[in-house]
Parts: sequence; structure tokens; C-alpha cells
Amino acid sequence: MKKFNEKLSGRVFFILALSSISMLALITVFIISRGVPLIANVGLKNFFGMTWAPSRGLFGITPMIIGSVSVTLGAAIIGIPIGLCCSIFLAEFAPVRMREIFRPAIQLLAGIPSVVYGFWGLLFVVPFIRNYLGGAGLSILAGSIILGIMILPTIISISEASILAIPKQYLYKEGALALGLTQLQTIRFVLLPAAKSGIVSAVILGIGRAIGETMAVIMVLGNSVALPTSVLDPVRTLTTNIGIEMGYAKDEHQQALFATGIVLFIIIMILNSTAQYLTRRKR
Amino acid sequence: MMKGSSRVTENIIKTLIWAAALSVLTVLVVIIAYILIRGLPVISWQFLTEIPRNMGRSGGISSTIVGTLMVTLVAIVIATPFGIGTAFYLAEYTRRDSMVTRVIRFSAESLAGIPSIVYGLFGFIFFVKYLGMGWSVLSGGLTLAIMILPTIIRTSEEAILAVPNLYREVSYSLGGTKWQTIVKTVLPSAIRGIANGVILSVGRCVAETAAVVLTAGSALRMTTSLTSPTRTMAVHFYILASEAISFENAYGTAALLIILIFLINVVANTLINRFIAKGR
Amino acid sequence: MKHIKTSFAAILLLLLLSACGNSSVEKVIVAGSTSVQPYAEVLAEEFSILVPDSEVDVQGGGSSAGISAAEDNTADIGMSSRGLKDSEMDLWHIEIAKDGLVMIVNPANSVSDLTLEQIRGIYTKSIGNWSELGGTDAKIHVIAREEGSGTRDAFESLIMGGEWVTPKAIIQNSNGAVKQIVSSDPNAIGFISLGLADSDVKVLNLDGVTPSGENVKNGLYSLYRPFLFVSSRPPEGAVKRFIDFTCSAEGQKLLADEGLIPMEGN
Repeated sequence: MKKFNEKLSGRVFFILALSSISMLALITVFIISRGVPLIANVGLKNFFGMTWAPSRGLFGITPMIIGSVSVTLGAAIIGIPIGLCCSIFLAEFAPVRMREIFRPAIQLLAGIPSVVYGFWGLLFVVPFIRNYLGGAGLSILAGSIILGIMILPTIISISEASILAIPKQYLYKEGALALGLTQLQTIRFVLLPAAKSGIVSAVILGIGRAIGETMAVIMVLGNSVALPTSVLDPVRTLTTNIGIEMGYAKDEHQQALFATGIVLFIIIMILNSTAQYLTRRKR
Repeated sequence: MMKGSSRVTENIIKTLIWAAALSVLTVLVVIIAYILIRGLPVISWQFLTEIPRNMGRSGGISSTIVGTLMVTLVAIVIATPFGIGTAFYLAEYTRRDSMVTRVIRFSAESLAGIPSIVYGLFGFIFFVKYLGMGWSVLSGGLTLAIMILPTIIRTSEEAILAVPNLYREVSYSLGGTKWQTIVKTVLPSAIRGIANGVILSVGRCVAETAAVVLTAGSALRMTTSLTSPTRTMAVHFYILASEAISFENAYGTAALLIILIFLINVVANTLINRFIAKGR
Repeated sequence: MKHIKTSFAAILLLLLLSACGNSSVEKVIVAGSTSVQPYAEVLAEEFSILVPDSEVDVQGGGSSAGISAAEDNTADIGMSSRGLKDSEMDLWHIEIAKDGLVMIVNPANSVSDLTLEQIRGIYTKSIGNWSELGGTDAKIHVIAREEGSGTRDAFESLIMGGEWVTPKAIIQNSNGAVKQIVSSDPNAIGFISLGLADSDVKVLNLDGVTPSGENVKNGLYSLYRPFLFVSSRPPEGAVKRFIDFTCSAEGQKLLADEGLIPMEGN
């Protein structure tokens, strides 16, 4: 009976794991089988062209790729430094009392629906930009600010956890302090390198969340399909392209949105592979 | 000289770290206050128990509360066993650098990164159209289940790996089998991390809009079965706000969402703490 | 552990049971154009009072999604805010009302009348400043709907005459969103459904003609498009009753009250 239980539990775990990855396979197959025919039909030159006008047979997604990259970059510039500093604060500086305020606060920040951020951005950030910086307000900057805030919980919680997870029995910190390093030097030369893989994955997950966010940015980006010339210009990202046109798309147009999905997919894969390569090489 | 300037730098950096942390807190307070100040006065017993009338301009939001709970329940019930099972398989049954582990971990990580709108596309084409389930609670729940699966796998795996090997060795040396070790030693130590992942996922389900609107639909009527379409609170909020139907009710819905998520967090945290206190 | 297993099995069973347990109530699923959706919801609410054992679920999605949902029977009725394409003409369809299209600006804007020519100029970016139209010296923020939208289709065929809407235009994916932006941005211009225009925005006259149901009917105001219900087969049962209700004097009055232009004879 005991042995049977042993074998069974192993099998069950294996089957559960197998079904989980077959989900990825299923999604991949579906998205690709819907999107690839269009790319094959219109050609790579059209697909990676500069003009998106599905009703006229033009499916260029370059403006959207540039949109995604610029907004994500903006979000990273805002979110990563603040997030990392905050996680160091929580792991090393925060008085116990403050930590007790922060933890649930960050949990809450992570839980707020993205549409609420978008709505707040539309009523708070967009008018601010329009009145003080110019333009229509719906812009890369507005999107970057909203996304920068939205990726904070991801970055903070994962990097804090990885700093705290450094095994105390190695006496990293105590040893370093004994060697006469200051607290900041200890953080910089001992804790951060030791927590690097967690921090890298925090940053990459954060960036992934920024690239993948749809509803919040639909509300604040303006969704133009032209190339932006400044951070005050409206842009459209790959995700908003799908989100905004899915309802109205048919036939080739719908396939083109799936093809947009493929591009998103590839970007995420590249990000993940890079992350895994970096973390593995370090070990 | 060197020492003095490095102390100044050190103080500047410390100040920056404090400033960053406080700014995070400020942003949270500003957003939440913004919504709650406008939303709380809208919430009343009628708002919670009445069905939306006139596209949501008047009446309450009861049907969207029910819709949210049903879709979330389906997603969690399906995703949790798969997620935790996969995590245990990865952490306890394979070597960290084996091919199987790497493939599954890579898949889980890639799944985690896929934007929710892509899950929505997939759910729409696969569940709604291909399997003929239509816009329904079930289509929405299944789509969300796949969406939160990677989160549960990752957080559970991390929690399991964080359990010191010493614990396992002690269990084995006392004659415990692998299964016994997992259930009696690893699971209790990792439960906090695992539960945290599940809670995060409940929150994601409640908050998700893009994937749900394509799969569960946006029908306002009270849901009667798993095969009926429904509208979740987040979708309702999005439609009320972006179509400018009623800002008042939009704020009310958003305030309720925030309170709901806060309550989920509080309840979960207390449960975990109690569990840990009992276990020790 | 056993408890967990049993309760999990019980939950699964419960799920399956409730998935199969459908009552005998007649269900109608209506899906499609977000422009038609609010009006269909009003109809459905009224219909459910008249016929208590019916269930009408109204879904958004978009015109094309509605038509394709009707084609593959995901929905009983598809809503469209554009005319059918040739490939869709073999579907059963009926026009339930007409909807005027109006150009809107912020109430603070001094411009109140534009010609078709000027609107086309704004949307091709050959006119970029309000001062060229008699307004203040400020850049025009052009708001449009997304590709494939029924409202944009109508706008392009009625106004653009084959010319392209500038890619620099800000895109919003619903009437409400366009209205919301225009009502808060003093330099914006957009187009929405006549029925949704209220005091938050300023409705522009077209060549001196005020947009109204009257002026659409007597042919003075030329910007309008049809609202359609489509279905894969001639309606019967609850579907037919809902469509009949929509076309009845009572249903048409509801639509007219919401700002649509009812069918001839009503």
C-alpha cells in the first residue's frame, strides 16, 4: 500500500505537470495556426511595414512594435529603480512597523484591477500632461507612468523575497559586516549579487507585465498607428492593437491580430530565454 | 577625506531609498483615496443587491458580483491542483538541471509572460468558438485557469524550494517515504508561499478584464448557470467608465473591487498566520 | 488529506452538474456592435418584464464579431452598426433603426459649423489648427474610431470619399470613450452616435444643418447609418418574439426615446 501510494503520487504529479505544459503547447499551436497564414499571404515586407490599414490590405505592425518598446522602456525607467529601492528598503532598512504597513499595501497595489489604474490615469494623469506639458495628454508618457506604477508590486515583492531568501546560515551579511563593510556596501557587494537571479527575474517579469498590459493602456495611450516623434505623442502597442480591434475584426483582419499575438509571443519567449540564460550562467 | 565623501554618498543613497519607498506608499494612497472618496458614498445595500438597470446607469451591480465570484471560483478550483502538482513535480521529483525540469520551467515562465489579451484571444477561439461553449462562465473560468496556472506553479515551486534540505533529510532519516516527506514536512513549511500564490491568483481573476470580456462576455443579466454569459465587476467598471455611462456607478464598482481585494488579502493573511501558529 | 480529496471531487461533480442543469427557460443571446448594445439592453430589459420566462443576454464584441457569432450560432442575433458586405448578404437580417452620426467638439470650442470639405481636411491633417476654421490658435486633436468599427465605416464612406484618415489620429474603441475625451479636451474633435450626444459636448452643424432625427428623415442631414439585427436563419420562438417586440410600436418608441431614428411608419 505504501509503495503503491509512492508510485501513484509520483505519477499524479507527473501527469499534472504534463497537462500544464500541454496548455502552453495548445495555446502556441492555436495562435500560430491562426496567424501564420496571414503573414504567408501578405508577406513579411507588408507585415513589418509602416502602415496599418487592414481595410486596405495593409498590415504593417512596425509602429506598434515601436509603441510597445517605447512605452515599456518608459515604464522600466520609472518602475525599476523605485521598485528595487523599495525592496531594499523593505528587506534591510524598514522598521518592523513600516514593514507591516508595506506588505499589505503592496499586495493591494498588485490586486487593484488594471482598468482602475487606466481610469485613474485618464482622469488624473492625462489632464495633467495636457495642461502642463502640451499635446492631447493621451501619450507615451501617460502610459509609461501608469505602467511604471503597475509593475511596482511585481518588482518589489519578487526582489524583496529573493533578498530575504539569502540563507542566513551562510552568514553573508554578518560576515560582511564583521569585515568592516558599511550597510550599503554590504547590500551592494554581498546581498545584491547573491539575490541577483531573483532580481533579474523580478525585472523581467515586470517588463513582461508592462508589455502585456492591455486595458489600462488602451485608456491612456491614444492608440494612434503613426510613428511617435516625442513622448507626448499617442502610440499604439501590440496588445492594444489586439484589444481595440478584436471586436470588429473579421477574416484577414482577425488573422492579422493573431499574427500580432505571435509577435508578442516571440518577444516574451526571447525575454524569458535571456533571463534563463543569464541566471543559469551565473550559477 | 575619502571617508567623509563616501559617508555623504551613503546618506544620499539611503535618503533615495527611503524616498522611493515612501513614494510607492504615496501613490497607493492617492489612487485608493481617489477611488474610495468618490465610490464609497455610492455603495449601499441596494447597490449591492439590485440588478443593473438601464445599462448600469441606475440600479445596483448584484449580477456582476455573482458573475465575478463564479468565474473566479471555476478558475481557482481548476488551476490550483494542476499548479501545485506541477510545482511539487518540479521541486521534488526532478533534478534541478534535468531536461524535463528545464522544459517545464521554461514553459511555465513563458506562459506567465503571455499577455492576458492573448489568453483572451485563445479562450475566445478555443472555448467560445471551437468547443462551442459560447460566452459563458465556464469559458471565462477555464481561460482564467490557464492564465493563473503559471503564477501558481512559480510561486509554489519557489516556496517548496525555499524549504531547507535539512528538513527533508531529517524526515528521510526518520524512515519517512518521499510522499510522507512531502505531505508532512515540505507542504507545511511551504504552505505560506503556496497560499500566497493562490491568493495572488484570486486577485488576478477578480481584476482581469481583457481575457474575461472576450470569453465570459458582458451580459448584464443575473447568471443562472455555468453555461450562461456574465459580466464581471471589472468588465462592468471598464464599460461604465470607458463608455462614460455612469461615472458614479463606476466609482462605486471600483471602490467595491478594491474593498473586495483588500478583504481577500486580509482573510488569507490571517488564515496563513493561524495555520503557521498551529503548526509550530 | 482524504478530506481534501473528497471535497475536491465533490466540487468537480457540482461543477459538472450545474453545467448540465439548464432550465426550460427560452434563452436568446444577442451579441455584436457596441454602438447597438446599449439600445439592445434597453429593449431586453423591457422585454424581460413583458415575457417573464425569457432570458435575453446582450453582449458587446463589435459589429463583425456579432455577424460572425450569428453565422456560427454562438449568438442567436448579431447586432451590426454597418451595412452587410456582399459575403454576408445571405444572412437573415432586418434594420431596426437608423442612427445619425454627429461631429462633436468641446463645449469651450467657438467653432460650431463645419462643411464636409473641412471635416475631410481635418481628418487628412491638411487642416491642423483651429484658427484655420475660425477658432482659437491651437492644434486640432483628431479623434477617430478603430479600423473595422461600424461607426468608422460609416464615417469613411459618408465623409472621407476614399481618402485616408490620418494615422496620427487618436483612436478610441467606443462612442462613449470618444465623447469622454472630447468633453475633457478643449482642442479635440470626434464623431459619435447622435443618440449619445448630450450637453457634455458640443454638436457641430454640417453645412448649416442641425443634426436631428427630423433632418435625417427629411433628407437634409446626410450622416447616418443603419442598425441591423442579423441571424443565421429566419427567427422563430423566443428569438422571433424579441425581434417582433423590437419592431413593434412599443419597441420603436423605446429606441426613439433613446435618440435613434425609428423605422418608417413609426
